[in-house]
Amino acid sequence: MIQEALFFSAVLFIIGVAGVLTRRNAIIIFMCVELMLNAVNLSFVALSQLYGIAGQVFVIFVMTVAAAEAAVGLAIIISIFRHHENVDLRNINLLKG
Amino acid sequence: MLLQEVATAAHPLSDTIAQWMWLLPVLPLAGFVINGALALFSGYHRGPADPAAASHDHGTTPGHAHDDAAHAAAHAEHASPPRHRFAGLVSVIGPAVLFAAFGLAVAIFGAMSSTAHLEQPFVQRYFSWMPAGELQIDAAFQLDQLSMIMVLVITGVGALIHLFSVGYMRDDPGYPRFFAYLNLFVFFMLVLVLGASYPVMFIGWEGVGLCSYLLIGFWFSDKANADAGKKAFIVNRIGDFGFLIAMFLLYANIVSLDFVGISQRASDLAPSIVTAICLFFFLGCAGKSAQIPLYVWLPDAMAGPTPVSALIHAATMVTAGVYLIARSAVLFALSPVASLTVVVVGALTALLAATIGLKQWDIKKVLAYSTVSQLGYMFVGVGVGAYAAGIFHLVTHAFFKALLFLGSGSVIFAMHRAYHATHSHADAQDMRNMGGLRRFLPWTFALMWIATLAIAGIPPLSGFFSKDEILAGVFARAGHSELAEASWLGIPGGPLLYAVYGIGLFTALLTAIYMTRMMIYTFHGPNRTGDAEQKHLGEAPWVMTLPLVVLGVLSAIGGWLNIPELFAFLGPPQWLHHWLDPVVGAPTLRVAGGEPAHLEPRTEYALIGAAVAIAVAGILFAVARLRPSRLVPKEQAVPEHGFGRVLANKWYVDELYDRVIVRPVVGVSRRLLWTVTDTWLIDGLIVNGSAKLMTFFGRIGSFLQTGSVSTYAWAIVLGVLVVLGAFTFR
Repeated sequence: MIQEALFFSAVLFIIGVAGVLTRRNAIIIFMCVELMLNAVNLSFVALSQLYGIAGQVFVIFVMTVAAAEAAVGLAIIISIFRHHENVDLRNINLLKG
Repeated sequence: MLLQEVATAAHPLSDTIAQWMWLLPVLPLAGFVINGALALFSGYHRGPADPAAASHDHGTTPGHAHDDAAHAAAHAEHASPPRHRFAGLVSVIGPAVLFAAFGLAVAIFGAMSSTAHLEQPFVQRYFSWMPAGELQIDAAFQLDQLSMIMVLVITGVGALIHLFSVGYMRDDPGYPRFFAYLNLFVFFMLVLVLGASYPVMFIGWEGVGLCSYLLIGFWFSDKANADAGKKAFIVNRIGDFGFLIAMFLLYANIVSLDFVGISQRASDLAPSIVTAICLFFFLGCAGKSAQIPLYVWLPDAMAGPTPVSALIHAATMVTAGVYLIARSAVLFALSPVASLTVVVVGALTALLAATIGLKQWDIKKVLAYSTVSQLGYMFVGVGVGAYAAGIFHLVTHAFFKALLFLGSGSVIFAMHRAYHATHSHADAQDMRNMGGLRRFLPWTFALMWIATLAIAGIPPLSGFFSKDEILAGVFARAGHSELAEASWLGIPGGPLLYAVYGIGLFTALLTAIYMTRMMIYTFHGPNRTGDAEQKHLGEAPWVMTLPLVVLGVLSAIGGWLNIPELFAFLGPPQWLHHWLDPVVGAPTLRVAGGEPAHLEPRTEYALIGAAVAIAVAGILFAVARLRPSRLVPKEQAVPEHGFGRVLANKWYVDELYDRVIVRPVVGVSRRLLWTVTDTWLIDGLIVNGSAKLMTFFGRIGSFLQTGSVSTYAWAIVLGVLVVLGAFTFR
């Protein structure tokens, strides 16, 4: 059972990574990051069966941080959208050397 | 250490006035603080805008009664510029601290002479100055017979010169500054002679050098004066380097730098180490006391005000080297080679400076070379182990040379005033512009003749006794002493000392000639100052003449300090010798080879006769040969030719040093150190080069910052893969 859960978690994580690397839309990338977080959550929950309750506690923390991140990140994306009329990451490269 | 503490507590002087000896340097220090504060906070002050009004004020103020006498020749239209705002206060404080210190010194001297059993020095520790592991240096003062004599000379002659300065510097805008420096000098000089260890002495040693620099360049707005100050400072640095090395060697070998400890442990030193230490100390002396090869700064130091020349560059500071050797007698007595070096250098300096003095026209330059020459005599004295004789000549020289300098100051003061009154720009110090001044300056004339006869060695004036003592000391030790048995650079000591005696005698002849020449050209013959100027020539006010009179008396009777056994009918013989015996007696005996250096009365009479005959011959030769009536003022003078020109140009030593040392150093500094090392290597390569390198790397690194989030994401993922891969496949 754990093996399947961990395998599923790995698949979800790789999908998330692939999405972050290939997509250009900020919202999609954001969702892919959430996917990666939840893939990790899944492996935490699965492993908590073997190693005790700490894994589940971590999941709560991760979800809290993810919620806060979503709030800030979405706000940034909205303000970028107001400026550029789109959220294509190719246009957003002002912070360079 | 504990034993010494007990000894100090039980010292016979510990409950007398001698325990106040810390006050001796503190008094001039207080004077420095007050005068310095007055100088700082008053700034440059020109006084009332209308000079006529100012002079009127001065004339009616009772406190300035002597002002009228001083400027009787210069009437209202040539009124002196207004004095400094705080001149009155400074004139009181400046000399007063010195007179107070002198009074205290006399009281301590009284306590010392009425106390028996003073074989050990009286050491007072105030606080621990440098406690560093084995090195324990206390801020401590040491009072013994040698430092007592020095303190008396410094405060006594210093007080008189301070008094003289009140008149000489009266109209100077930097009046408080002058007295502040002068007081500071006396403070450091007293620290020098009272210090109980070489490091404490070194504070004074450096401090007097600083004050010398400040006072030589006192009129620093003239570049020549500032340069002279710098020259003195830099040349002295070379000597101070020797002093430092000697201290390091002492510490490295016997871990002791205080005089008491050194006198106990000096015999532990290896002979070669003692010689090295003594030679390095002598390098310090050569710098401070203007001996070959470092004497060149002293004649230039005459750029300072004349009281400074009298106090620092004749009576006290330049004799510090003689004091140092007498103080280190324990060490020098162990090293015949170093002692002979001192003797030879002293004799050669005496001769060289005397020859230069023959052809100088600046009255102060004559005296400066005379000082160098007499310092050479003192070094001959302390070099042959006749430490008391060297100190004796130091004391008498302080009297008559201070008198000569102050007398020349009085002459310059009169000349300057005369030229000032007629708005002439002629040289007030050139003897070719003087002549016949005896009519205008009778007091100065008479007193300077006393000093001249004293320095020439005419009995019974002070210089006769002291110079004779040194020459007799050399002669006695040439026959039988440690030095006569040693050899110096392969030359046996005995013949070397006889040669030194000959040089000393010949230098005495030259001394008599150049001093008589100076007197004849200054005071005798027709006056060459100028017809208009003659009306303004006159004697200086009493504050300047009084110190001259006192010094004249001292120059005349100073010899009674140490009358030779031969003349015991004149008074108690060898007083100074017996007085200094606890300090330098043992080293003197050691150099002399176990028994006191003694001459047969017949030999001694012959030596004295020769010395007096030489002095008289020199004076008569000068009187016979020199024709002041043929002299012309400086502007019309023709240049010297032949050998006289070499002497007038000081053997071209300054030019030689300029070619061999100064120019190469400046050239290397400009071409190598400045353009290559500094501009190219340090500025170009190291400072700007490293900055450019970092900019270059930064520029390359900035290409990584694309601003594109996907690139960063790729970088993160690749990084994670690398790390995970490293963990997996290690």
